[in-house]
Amino acid sequence: MPNLFARTLIVMPAFNEEAVVGDVVREVYATLPGVHCLVVSDGSVDHTVARARAAGATVADLPFNLGVGGAMRAGFKYARENGFDNVVQIDADGQHDPAGVPDLLALLGEADVVIGARFAGVGSYTVRGPRKWAMKFLSAVLSKTAHTQLTDTTSGLKANGPRAVALFADNYPAEYLGDTIEALVIAGRSGLVIRQVPAAMRPRAGGTPSHAPIKAAVYLGRAMMALAIAYLRPLPKAGALE
Amino acid sequence: MTVTSYIFGIFTAVITLGVVIEMLRRNRLRERHAVWWLFGGALGLVIGIFPGSLEWAASVIGIEVPTNLVFFVSIALLVLVCIQHSSELTRLEDKTRILAEESALLAVRVRELETATGTGPGRLGPHLDGQDTTE
Ligand SMILES: Nc1nc2c(ncn2[C@@H]2O[C@H](COP(=O)(O)OP(=O)(O)OP(=O)(O)O)[C@@H](O)[C@H]2O)c(=O)[nH]1
Ligand SMILES: [Mg+2]
Repeated sequence: MPNLFARTLIVMPAFNEEAVVGDVVREVYATLPGVHCLVVSDGSVDHTVARARAAGATVADLPFNLGVGGAMRAGFKYARENGFDNVVQIDADGQHDPAGVPDLLALLGEADVVIGARFAGVGSYTVRGPRKWAMKFLSAVLSKTAHTQLTDTTSGLKANGPRAVALFADNYPAEYLGDTIEALVIAGRSGLVIRQVPAAMRPRAGGTPSHAPIKAAVYLGRAMMALAIAYLRPLPKAGALE
Repeated sequence: MTVTSYIFGIFTAVITLGVVIEMLRRNRLRERHAVWWLFGGALGLVIGIFPGSLEWAASVIGIEVPTNLVFFVSIALLVLVCIQHSSELTRLEDKTRILAEESALLAVRVRELETATGTGPGRLGPHLDGQDTTE
């Protein structure tokens, strides 16, 4: 594994996560020796940048909020510039257990995108109401495109292999929900192999969640729209994968 | 139609065209965006000078009240311009995002470079170590 870790970049999109980001970075370094950790602070107005830097992460500080999609695209570009083969996306709020990352990386041999799926047996993370229906529906549709059974398409824990990094460095969708929905549609339609492995979710270690319950219904509507548009879009140029 | 309203119609069209052309001339408006306004202004001027042309066009299309044709064309023009603006806005936003990403990544490189070479903001200034090299 050490060799694999050295070729892997951990990208953490972080928006005002000063309470937890330092600990998460330290945990990543302790659990995955040899990886490089890039925290992309997305116009955070707290001490996210300082905390992450103090914990030893490389920090890219976006001048204003671009959303998770923009932050991830910056991460993919960084990986391409610095020659990392794999990019693993981990939430900065401590909900993902870095100990699950080797499972994801192990599957990168046969797959290009590996999703760490919640609700897949491990852990006890649950959601309710419209957000749950949205997730169910998305899973059903995206499973078709991915040619594999996906149960959690909105997970923020994902490993991307070399072909995915090459594709996403220029084409990662920056729109709302693009990082989850459209990214998978692009990957699936571009012929990348998508797999999922079960991953445990922990409760937030601190800070505030970005999804208030009131927003859940709006989320459902926007998710449907994002999905429809993702399928209507022309594919990125084929050369991106050569 | 009174002489006043006849002159008022022409006057408005001329002012609109004048403002658009002047802004074009001063580079305050790109020709790509001005084209619709020029088109609308020109149309207004033609109708202002020859009101009969409006009645003729309305009857050709089969619109009974000629002013309805004016409303229809005006609203259609405004809708098209709005769509064009939304699309421009999207393009600009995309470009800004890319710039933001690249600038953040460049800042990382600069920082690494500064750490590696022991330089940094403020250290290249003239007041380092009390030595003033400006005189
Ligand atoms: N770059 C970026 N990251 C964000 C933004 N909003 C949230 N994040 C990060 O995305 C990750 C997930 O955000 P959460 O708010 O935990 O969303 P979630 O995990 O889907 O939802 P919860 O179940 O409520 O935790 C965290 O690392 C956040 O810091 C944003 O606007 N930009
Ligand atoms: Mg979370």
